[in-house]
Amino acid sequence: MKRYWWKIVAVVFLFYTIIMGFLGPVPHLPVLHETIRNLYFHVTMWFGMMILLTVGLVNSILYLRKSDLKNDILAAEATNVSVLLGTLGLITGSIWAKYTWGAWWTNDPQLNGAAITMLAYLAYLLLRSSVEEEQKRARIAAVYNVFAYVMMVVFIGIIPKFTNVDSLHPGKGGNPGFNTYDLDRNLRLVFYPAIIGWTLLATWIMTLRIRLKNIQKL
Amino acid sequence: MRNYLGLTAIMMMGLSVFAQEQNTAEMADVMRSNGKIYVVVAVLLVIFSGIILYLISIDRKVSKLEKEIKK
Repeated sequence: MKRYWWKIVAVVFLFYTIIMGFLGPVPHLPVLHETIRNLYFHVTMWFGMMILLTVGLVNSILYLRKSDLKNDILAAEATNVSVLLGTLGLITGSIWAKYTWGAWWTNDPQLNGAAITMLAYLAYLLLRSSVEEEQKRARIAAVYNVFAYVMMVVFIGIIPKFTNVDSLHPGKGGNPGFNTYDLDRNLRLVFYPAIIGWTLLATWIMTLRIRLKNIQKL
Repeated sequence: MRNYLGLTAIMMMGLSVFAQEQNTAEMADVMRSNGKIYVVVAVLLVIFSGIILYLISIDRKVSKLEKEIKK
């Protein structure tokens, strides 16, 4: 019970997200209509991804300091699950864009930034699989991971916010942020549990992969 | 102004009567109300439960492997 309480939290929060995400009250907005509910499913993928990538970064830095392979495995698997979340985020975002903005892909700086970030992390996974020797792979991957994280922050966090190109994402390219007009109380009541739920679910998958890797090593 | 309000009230009543007439075939069933969105929620809950049960079974298998290795 003590060890797996957070898995129960994840499941309970996600059941709550699915039920309230579809049935709960949402603000009535032009263009978005009911698709505002994607906030609980599409946007949370990116939040989960960023949280797990941060876990990966911390472990990469820890590896560089202590050379403990445990940190290397954790960093690798956190990044692996992050790539899954990011891929789901890209696909769901594309569907959402098609039915609100009218195209599967737009030249939105946020979209291109997210795509570049995904490529950077795919390169991380490729880099890992191309080095045989364990300690060497861990060191190279850790150094690259720090670089990839900076890329992520720049391409998802900074460039879309300050570029002059118009962005359709709220809070980007001169658009007002969600906060200022409609991330109202009803949305928050589902949005925050949804972030925690999806992140914990991804963490669960991550721990499974770590445990399997540890078994494989023996 | 009052006349106008009264008129809209009557119109609203007329609308609601009209809506009720259209819905005579509908039963007073929760699963059928609100454009049947509840059905979608039920389906999603089933799928999600399935995925979670599957995850739990994988988790247990990994735990078993870990125990065997410790022995």
